[in-house]
Order: sequence, then structure tokens, then C-alpha cells
Amino acid sequence: MGEKTDVWQGTLALMVLKTIEAMGPLHGYGIARRIEQISGDQLSLNYGTLYPALLKLEQEGAIASEWGTSENNRKAKFYKLTRAGRRQIEQATREWEQTTSILTRFLKPVKEPA
Amino acid sequence: MKSIRAFIRRCAGLFGKDRREQEIAEEFQAHVQMQIDENLRRGMTQEQALRDARLRSGGLTAAKEAYRDRSTLPILEDLIRDTFLAVRKLRQRPLFAATSLLMLAIGVAASMTLFAFVDGALLQPLPYRDPNRLMDVTETTGRFRRANLSYLDYLDWKKLNRVFNSFDAYTGGGYLLNTGTVSMPIPAARVTDGFFRTLGVTPALGRDFYAGEDLPGKPDTVILTDAAWHKRFGGAKDVIGRTVRLSGVPHTIVGVLPSSFQFAPRGDAELWTPLHASSSCETNRACHDLYGVGRLREGITMQAALANLTSIAAELERRYPGSNREQGATVQPLAELIAGDVRPILLMLLCGGALLLLIACVNIASLLLAHSESRRRELAVRSSLGASRGRLLSQFVTEALVLVIAGAGSGFLLTGFAVRGLVRLIPEYMLAGRPYLESGVLTLHGLVMGAVLTMLMAAWFTIIPSVHLHLSDLQTSLAEGSRGSAGRMWRRLGSNLVIIELAIALVLLVAAGLLTKSVSRLTHVELNLVADHLAVLDVAVPAYRYPKDEQVTTFTQRMLEQLRALPGVVSIGLATDLPVNFNGNTDWIRFAGKPYHGEHNEVNERDVTGDYLRTLKAPLLRGRYFSDVEDASKPRVAIVNEALARQYFPGEDPIGKRFGNTDLKPDTMKEIVGVVADVREGSLDSPIWPAEYLPFNQNPARNFSVAVRTVQAEETILPLMMSTIRRLDPEVGIMNPGTLNQRIDDSPSSYLHRLSAFLVAGFAGIALLLGVVGLYGVVAYSVSQRTREIGIRMALGAEQRSVSRLILREAGRLTAAGIAGGLVCALFATTLMKKILFGVTAWDVPTLASVVVFLAVVSLLASYIPARRAARVNPVEALRTE
Repeated sequence: MGEKTDVWQGTLALMVLKTIEAMGPLHGYGIARRIEQISGDQLSLNYGTLYPALLKLEQEGAIASEWGTSENNRKAKFYKLTRAGRRQIEQATREWEQTTSILTRFLKPVKEPA
Repeated sequence: MKSIRAFIRRCAGLFGKDRREQEIAEEFQAHVQMQIDENLRRGMTQEQALRDARLRSGGLTAAKEAYRDRSTLPILEDLIRDTFLAVRKLRQRPLFAATSLLMLAIGVAASMTLFAFVDGALLQPLPYRDPNRLMDVTETTGRFRRANLSYLDYLDWKKLNRVFNSFDAYTGGGYLLNTGTVSMPIPAARVTDGFFRTLGVTPALGRDFYAGEDLPGKPDTVILTDAAWHKRFGGAKDVIGRTVRLSGVPHTIVGVLPSSFQFAPRGDAELWTPLHASSSCETNRACHDLYGVGRLREGITMQAALANLTSIAAELERRYPGSNREQGATVQPLAELIAGDVRPILLMLLCGGALLLLIACVNIASLLLAHSESRRRELAVRSSLGASRGRLLSQFVTEALVLVIAGAGSGFLLTGFAVRGLVRLIPEYMLAGRPYLESGVLTLHGLVMGAVLTMLMAAWFTIIPSVHLHLSDLQTSLAEGSRGSAGRMWRRLGSNLVIIELAIALVLLVAAGLLTKSVSRLTHVELNLVADHLAVLDVAVPAYRYPKDEQVTTFTQRMLEQLRALPGVVSIGLATDLPVNFNGNTDWIRFAGKPYHGEHNEVNERDVTGDYLRTLKAPLLRGRYFSDVEDASKPRVAIVNEALARQYFPGEDPIGKRFGNTDLKPDTMKEIVGVVADVREGSLDSPIWPAEYLPFNQNPARNFSVAVRTVQAEETILPLMMSTIRRLDPEVGIMNPGTLNQRIDDSPSSYLHRLSAFLVAGFAGIALLLGVVGLYGVVAYSVSQRTREIGIRMALGAEQRSVSRLILREAGRLTAAGIAGGLVCALFATTLMKKILFGVTAWDVPTLASVVVFLAVVSLLASYIPARRAARVNPVEALRTE
């Protein structure tokens, strides 16, 4: 795939949460860059996708935000995980692993024992 | 959990928009800046860095929009904005707002109030266990469809029937509660032992009557209603077991009924006692004083019950040919007994209320139409600026909702007052035992009805303007900016609505006319008495003080003497029942010297004193009145009414003829000494029955009414009458002091007719006003739309007269269509009203004709004003306006 794919909704929340979990409190720009990097630049995140998703997570109480200063001394809003957010990561991770493991079986069928 | 939390946060997001906007801007700004920084770090030029950063953002405006949508609830936000807009639009047109709200409020209040009564009287189940299986069971005779049951027949029916789980009987009654100084007459009911169990009612306190407690000789016990318990005994917890003296006899209180208990057929009864069938009446099979109530067995229909009882009645007729000749059976649902007589009136009034609401809705719709015409351009502009059709439609929905919620809301508030006001108009005796009439409107039915009405109206007010505006071709109308086509379209729709309004107004006017005529016929019915200046009250002479008949007549003679001596008394009389009351308390008579085959010649019996008929000023046609010296020691005499003379002595002179009971027992034989005109004993709308008037002193009774003809205003003498009787004997009960005119006015037939005529006339008046104003509006609007056409006509030489004729012709066509449609509906509607009319046919030509003429004249007057304005159009001005 040469084109960059847009992120599809359900997965973005988990990506964002995992990113913040890994990096600690982070601003929107940092989150976007990090996700793009990890995806090997296969994903592109525009503002219209990222920020509503952040807002939704905040409204749901998974993350909290706070104004701070970036490494380059720019004023930016930092997002950090809440306890509910950690729980959400655990749960979503479990669900994804289950889903992918099931899907994997379909995609690479194992020969049934005779 | 999560989504609820998010929802609340989004709702909260409706506030503090400015700060949020600033934050988004800053956050996006920071994001762009960081991107630029990084780009520069990677070696791009300033320009490239900037361009790349913008490109990656994916469009800042769209992003902000998405962010805003997520931070609040867009639908809610639109709704709030639309609501503010709608309220502002209403406030810009206070006249439209005020009239629409008023019309809606009146319409909603009228229909909801009547619905509350219909609900209470007809829809709510009776408060008994499984009320649908409770039947009103009585005997029937040639004269009475629902005749009392005699005790001995009751016992046989109870024993022989195979259709009831239980079958009990009740009758009215009254006691004098002895409270030291005076005796308080208290309405009561006497019932058989299982009466409350048959209804499925259990006393809240104490016990029910046990089986057999109603038999003669058992101890005297009484069960109180909740109201009596509170009113007479202060709600004392230890009331059970107490002894009260009722009419001189000690009774033990054994129970108190729950506060929810009601029994409309004996609605005012406060004391319930076991029947103790020992009176002279209850040992005589030919004396009927009970009503039955039965609980149908599972799976038995009313028809089956009737068939079973009819065959039992036929068997009893064979066994007891003397007493039971032509005594059949009737069975009807208890609910029918309680609500049956008011059903047609209530339903008619509900229809009236609904028509009023309909006309209000139609009127508001045509106002909305006229208004939406002027908004065509506004909508076209909004639509071409990108407002979607859904968005425009939601604007209409909101406006309709604001209108309906405000209007219907105030209507619901008004309903509360209207119900209370109407209840106050209902005489107390009708309210007694009908607590549903006093309950408010907040029943489940009422709420559902209100919600349905609100939704229907909102839908109607949304559909009308949006269909009319054809939301799809708004652009074209902007392009044309024309009035021509749209104007015609509006005229068609608007004028059709006016036809409906006029038709409804006509229906209501006809109904009001017929009802008014009924009332007038009813109040002018021949009474054969002069009701003015008659003070009346009811008296109960306690048997424990006056056990013998002679003692009663001695007392009544002394009472009459003293009352006659009061200032202003012209004459005085007493009777067992006052006129304009009911046909009943009958006697079976047989004439000496006439062929007799055992038939029951049933006539009203009234035991009256000598001056009674004179006091009423009932015209004596032949013979003489009684004298009070005609007592038990003298030969028995009677006065008969004209109806009796006509029926039994056609072409003969009844004076001097003799009659007696069905066996012609010597001590019942009496001689006819006078014929009096047909005094109306029954209600105003019931026929005259044959009647016999017997000397009170030969047939004394302990319950009777006193009538006094006075010089002065009759009610002023009542206190004096009461104190005189009290002085004579404080233990004599005095009830219902009043005037004969009051009693006539409050009698059910008079009262129900008046109330319905009054309400329907009110509805018709409002409907007429709305219809005529609607017509005026349509014609005026049409004139304003046709100004140019009129200008051209006049410029081409049309005269003023022909122009106004043009307009009037249009108005005339609408009026004619409205009247024609209305007439068809009215003929249909009045046929349904037949039951409630008195002395008027449903298709009363004079009423129909005068209503048609009236409506036509009023309509033409209303259209004359705009027609004259049209005729005065200045052609030059008119042509310049376009």
C-alpha cells in the first residue's frame, strides 16, 4: 500500500492510550507523531481525527489534560492517563488480542488433525 | 457508564463556548508551531515548513468543526437555538402569539376537562373486585323498567338462581343520630349480610356483617363509612364496639369502610346497617323496597342471567298470582346503572370540546399559513446559504412545539381550574358517592390523552406550513420572488380551512340551539302548580317517640298549626313526596264495580294534608279538597288526578266512585271526592302518571315533606320553620330546607339539560367567533393579494360596486360551502343527540333555519369590511405597489 491509510475509529482510542502509557504525559502533536512513527508512517493523523478522539477520551474520563510547556518551550496541552484509562487499556488490549487471534485462525487455517 | 459520563460532559459543553474556542485555537496553533519547528529542524525552508505543516493538519476549519461537534451535542444545540428563535419570532408578533395561545389553551382545556369527566364516569373501572361481573338486578313491571325487588322475591331469587356467585340486596334509609340536644338526620342504607362481600369490599377497621346478621331479631349493628367515622366520631381508633343511638335504638359499631369505598346508587349513605327484614313492607311479597346486586358466576353472560331470573320470575308469578302478576326481571351491569344516564350527555360534551379544539387548531393553522407566506423569502435565503431541508424542517418542528407546549401547557393548567369549577356546578346529591368527579385530571388516561393531543397538534402545526412551502423548491421561489402562484395556492388551502371552521361552528350552533330549546321546553313544561313562594323541608318523626299512628297525626297537626301561625304564611301542607321529584311510591288499586282480572293498576300514591294541594295551587277540576278532620275515624276518601280519571273513567264522572286494594278489602275502600289537574310528580322530562292523593290523617307517615306558601321571599322563613319544629320536639329530624324552585332547578333532568346547554352554547359562541374571524382573515388576505388585479380592473373601468361584489362573491362561496358542509354534519350529529333532547326533534327546522341565517349574516358582515376596503382601492396606488 503506497497510500497512507486513515485511522479507523475503534482502534485510534487504544493507540492513543498506549502511546500516552508508553511516553507519559504528552501533547497532541507528540501523540500524532508517535502514532505515525510506530505505524511506520503508514498512518496519517489529521487534526480532525485526532483531537475529537482525544476529547472523547477525556469526556469518558480515560485521560485528563493540562496546559504545560513543551521541550521546545512552546505552550501546549498535555494529556495523561487516569486510572480509568489504565483499566480501559487492559480491557481493550484483551479484547483486541482475542479478536486478532480468532481472525488469525481464519486467515491462516491450521490443518485439522485427521 | 463511560458513555453516560461523556454525555453529561457534552451537555455541560453547551456552556463556556468562548473559552473552549480559544483553547482549541491555542492547541492547534501549538500543534502547527511544533510541526514547523520540526520541519525547520529537518532542513526545510521557512516557506516549505509552513506549507507542509498546513497540509498535514488536514484543514483547520473542518478540524475545529469536528472538535466542536464532539464537545457538545449538536442536535441539542440546534434545538436550543431554534427554540430561542421560535420564541423570539412569537414575541415579534404578540397578537398572533396571544391569540394562538389563547385559542389552544381554551381548546385544550375544554376537551381535557370533559375528558376528565368522561374518564372518571365512564372509563375508570368501579372500585370493586372484578367490577365487570357485578350486575344490577331488579324486578320489572309494566310501568317501571327497573322496579324495586320485594324481600320475599329476593329470597326466592337468591335461592333459585344458578347464575350468581352471590346475590345481595340493599335499600336506602335514614336514622336520627341522637346527640343529646337535637337529632341529626343521617342518610343510611340497609343491606343484606353479604352485600360488601359481593362487591368485594372489606372494612378497613373492624369486621364485615356475618352471614345471617341481616335476619330479623339479630342484634342491631352498624358499619360506618370512612367519612362518617371522621365527621361523626373524629376518626377515633376505638370506635369499634361503641354503641350509638340511631333513631332511639342502640346500635353497636362493628366496622369502618375504607376511604376508597363508594356506592353511587346510595351515594350519600353514611351508615350501613343489616336489613333485619321485619318491617311491614318486607314481610309482604307485594311491597317492593329493595334493589339487588349480583356477582355473575365465571363464564355466565348477562343474557344468561336475565334468562334464568326471568324464568324464576315466571315461576313465582305462577305460584303467587296476586302479588307477582307481570313481575319480570331486569339485569344490567352495575356500571351501567351508575353511569348510564350521564353517558350520552358526557359524550356529547366531549365531542363539543373536541370540536372546539379542532376549530382552534384549524384557525391557528391558517394563521401559520398566512405567516409562512411572508417567510418564503427568508427560508429561500437560508436554504440557498446551505441550510439543509432537514434543518429547515426542524425549525418548523421547533416552532410548532414551542407553540403547542406553551398553549397546551396553559390549557392543562386551565383544566385543573375548570374541573374544580365544573364540580362546583354539580349539585351535592350528584357528587355524593361519585368521588371520581372530584378527583383531578392526573389519571393515567388523562396523561396519555394529553400527550397524544400534544403530539397530534405539534405534527399538524409542522405539516401545514412545511407542506405548503414545498421545502424542495424554495430556490425557485427565491428566483421568482413572486406572489402570484404561491398566493393562489395559499388561498386554496386557507379557504378550505375556513370552510371547515364555518362547518364546525354551524354544528355547534345547531347543537346549542337544540339544547337551549330543550331547556326552554323543559322549564316551561306544565307543572299544574305555582312553584314560587314555596318553602319546603323534609321531616323525619322518630318511631321511638311516636310509635302509634295517632301520635304521629297529633304531632303533625300541632306542627302545622304552629307553622301556619308564622308571619307571612299563606297556607301550609304536607305530603309524603313533593312534586317534580319522581314517579314511584306507587299503589296497586282496583275499582269497585269494574271488571278486574288481576292486573296491577299502578298509580302514584301521595298522602297529603287537606291544604296541601291548595298550597301548591293545583287547580281543582271537580269535587272538593280534603279536610284535616277526615282522619282514621271517618270514611276513607281520595282525590285523583286527571290522568287517572281519563284512564279509568273515560266519559264518566269519577266523583263518588270507590276503589280499594287488589282484593277490595273493606278497610282499604275509599271514595273519590275530587279530581285535581295533573300535578307533575315525576321529573320534568317524564310522563304524567295516574295519581291518587289520600288524606295524611288516614294514612300517616313518619317521613314527609312540608310545603309552606309565603308572602315574603320564601327562603327567609326557613330558619323560623326549623326553630319552630325544634321547639316542638328537638328529636324530630329536619332535612333539606330550601325552596321548591331550587329543588326543581337542581333536579337531575333540569340540571343536566341546563349544564349541557350552557356548555355547548359556550363552545358554539367561541367557535362562531373563531370561524368568523377566520373568514375575515381569509377575505382580507385575499384582498391584499389581489390589490393589483383590482387596480387593473378599476383602471379598466370597473365600478366600486362590482369590485366589492367580486370579493363578496368569493366570501359568499366559502360561507355557502361551510354552511352546506356544516348542515350535513349537523344532521348527523343531532341524530346522535336525540336521547338528550326534550320536546324538540333532532331535525328541528326552525332551529336549523335560524342558525343558517344567523351564520350567513354574520359571515357576510365579516367579509363586508375587507370587501369595502377592496372597493376603495386607488388604482394608481395599487399598480404602483408591484
